[in-house]
Amino acid sequence: MAIKERMSGNEAVSYAIRQVNPDVMPAFPITPSTEIPQMVSTYIANGEMDTEFIPVESEHSSMSAAIGAEAAGARSLTATSSAGLALMWEELLLAASNRLPLVLALVNRTLSGPININCDHSDGMGARDTGWIQIYAENNQEAYDNFIQAYPIAEDARVHLPVMICQDGFITSHAVENIMLLEDAPVREFVGEYEPEEYLLNPGKPIAVGPYAVSNYVMEAKKNQEIALENSKEVILEVAERFKKLSGREYGLFEEYRTEDADYIMLIMGSAAGTAKQAVDDLRERGKKVGVLKLRVFRPFPAEEIAGALRNCKAAAIMDRCESYNGNGGPLGSEVDAGLFRNKVMIETVNYIYGLAGRDFTVGDACGIFAELEDMVVNGKEIEQYQYVRLRK
Amino acid sequence: MKNGIEIRWHGRGGQGAKTAALLLADVAFKTGRNVQGFPEYGPERMGAPITAYNRISSDKIRVHSNIYHPDYVVVVDETLLGSVDVTAGLKKTGAIIINTPKSKEEIEGHLNGYEGRVFTVDARKISVETLGKNFPNSPMLAAAVAVSEIMPKEKFIKEMRASYQHKFAKKPEVIDGNMKALERTFAVLEEAIEAEKMSLSA
Repeated sequence: MAIKERMSGNEAVSYAIRQVNPDVMPAFPITPSTEIPQMVSTYIANGEMDTEFIPVESEHSSMSAAIGAEAAGARSLTATSSAGLALMWEELLLAASNRLPLVLALVNRTLSGPININCDHSDGMGARDTGWIQIYAENNQEAYDNFIQAYPIAEDARVHLPVMICQDGFITSHAVENIMLLEDAPVREFVGEYEPEEYLLNPGKPIAVGPYAVSNYVMEAKKNQEIALENSKEVILEVAERFKKLSGREYGLFEEYRTEDADYIMLIMGSAAGTAKQAVDDLRERGKKVGVLKLRVFRPFPAEEIAGALRNCKAAAIMDRCESYNGNGGPLGSEVDAGLFRNKVMIETVNYIYGLAGRDFTVGDACGIFAELEDMVVNGKEIEQYQYVRLRK
Repeated sequence: MKNGIEIRWHGRGGQGAKTAALLLADVAFKTGRNVQGFPEYGPERMGAPITAYNRISSDKIRVHSNIYHPDYVVVVDETLLGSVDVTAGLKKTGAIIINTPKSKEEIEGHLNGYEGRVFTVDARKISVETLGKNFPNSPMLAAAVAVSEIMPKEKFIKEMRASYQHKFAKKPEVIDGNMKALERTFAVLEEAIEAEKMSLSA
């Protein structure tokens, strides 16, 4: 039986953590993810779960401890945001390259400076090349559902990689909304017991974790990691299929909203996708053929699948909630364009940077962007191919 | 928004405007509707102006932006009237509720010519008399429910008691005071709404 509830995104992820009941959680608090370790500690103190909670002195340590615990054979996790993730950078690479299937609940927040506590995707995007799987959520429901799917993806023998479950700081982490929860027993059954094939505390089969590799071996190790990330695509879809049987809710690499006959598509990730869908409904009522492609899985990057989904539109707006300072576009803008080019899909794209440090993104903003795409295609209006939304000049 | 209402709260950090918005989401959820309650964080410090929002709808709520054309505005701190444009975008068909000892007539001149309904309630006085301290958010929550008619009084009072029993499990002594604050405010607003109807029909 599904449980009808209302809770914030942080509460939802904490609830999922309680249900999954992993073995070890080291954590250090940082806004806006602080509530997650706080709520999990409360569950532990109340005897509602028996995860070993380790309060540590920094995020460098929380990720290090999670890596140590996972290597020892314990199902591990931590939570963080912003500068906390930045401080983990070195360890993020270690977790992935040592093929440790731990999970990180990331509550997205901007990075300095100027210093600010609100949402953008700078933290997650900064970790985009660390070898982690990254899954983004539109709302509290998706953050909850994604967390429950995280370990089955990470621990699959074809994958063995860490997973980052991302949600937008404050916008979903601190917003109370309706949610459908699952009961504890089916969630535990879905996630299953963790039975690692190889782990440090196994005297019967000694292994080394993180040894030096001479140049003659490193490239093969990297390629294996890349193959695992590539494999994770089908595993993510298989787990989603199994999750659909459990919950009735459907997930893929991305969601296509009214795109089937769309001339103009907005590709967007996170909480703003819901706002964009509302804009699509409003514009459809006025006869505009528009749609939204909401990216759920950013790593592995589904370039070929995105190219397929955008193939028949006239123009696409690629929305980045992050600047990447390459002078050529945001992370999504650059990667989507590369994917389109490689798959020989030659549609027009415009890369918009929006919502940095919590700058609001409204239905009106989304409508304006669709109108600009149409103006470009129909009237040949020249527009900047890489621009900021609603920037004060 | 179609099939729903949007509420904007103005307060100062520490007064509980955010908590009131989350509590409103909580009780509205009990009516079976879809809800959203969220704060907008500026500089986080005691006394700084803060904004919080509610969407309540029979439809699924997908929009994750702030609210620019609210049906109702609740002002938890009267001193904001000079510095924050509290009626910005407020629908004429809606209403504004202000925590102030002043009368509706005294306050109307400070609302940038807002043409909709105006309600005042002395939440400080009610709070001090029922709780012994100035916690204006409970009375303002009751005022918001009374004016917006989100749910009937009886249902609201029942749900709030359950909510406070959960929230104040370790401080049960404050529950009765809070309940009195809600009931008194509801009565004040019901009277004002009744008076408004009388003057309209006269």
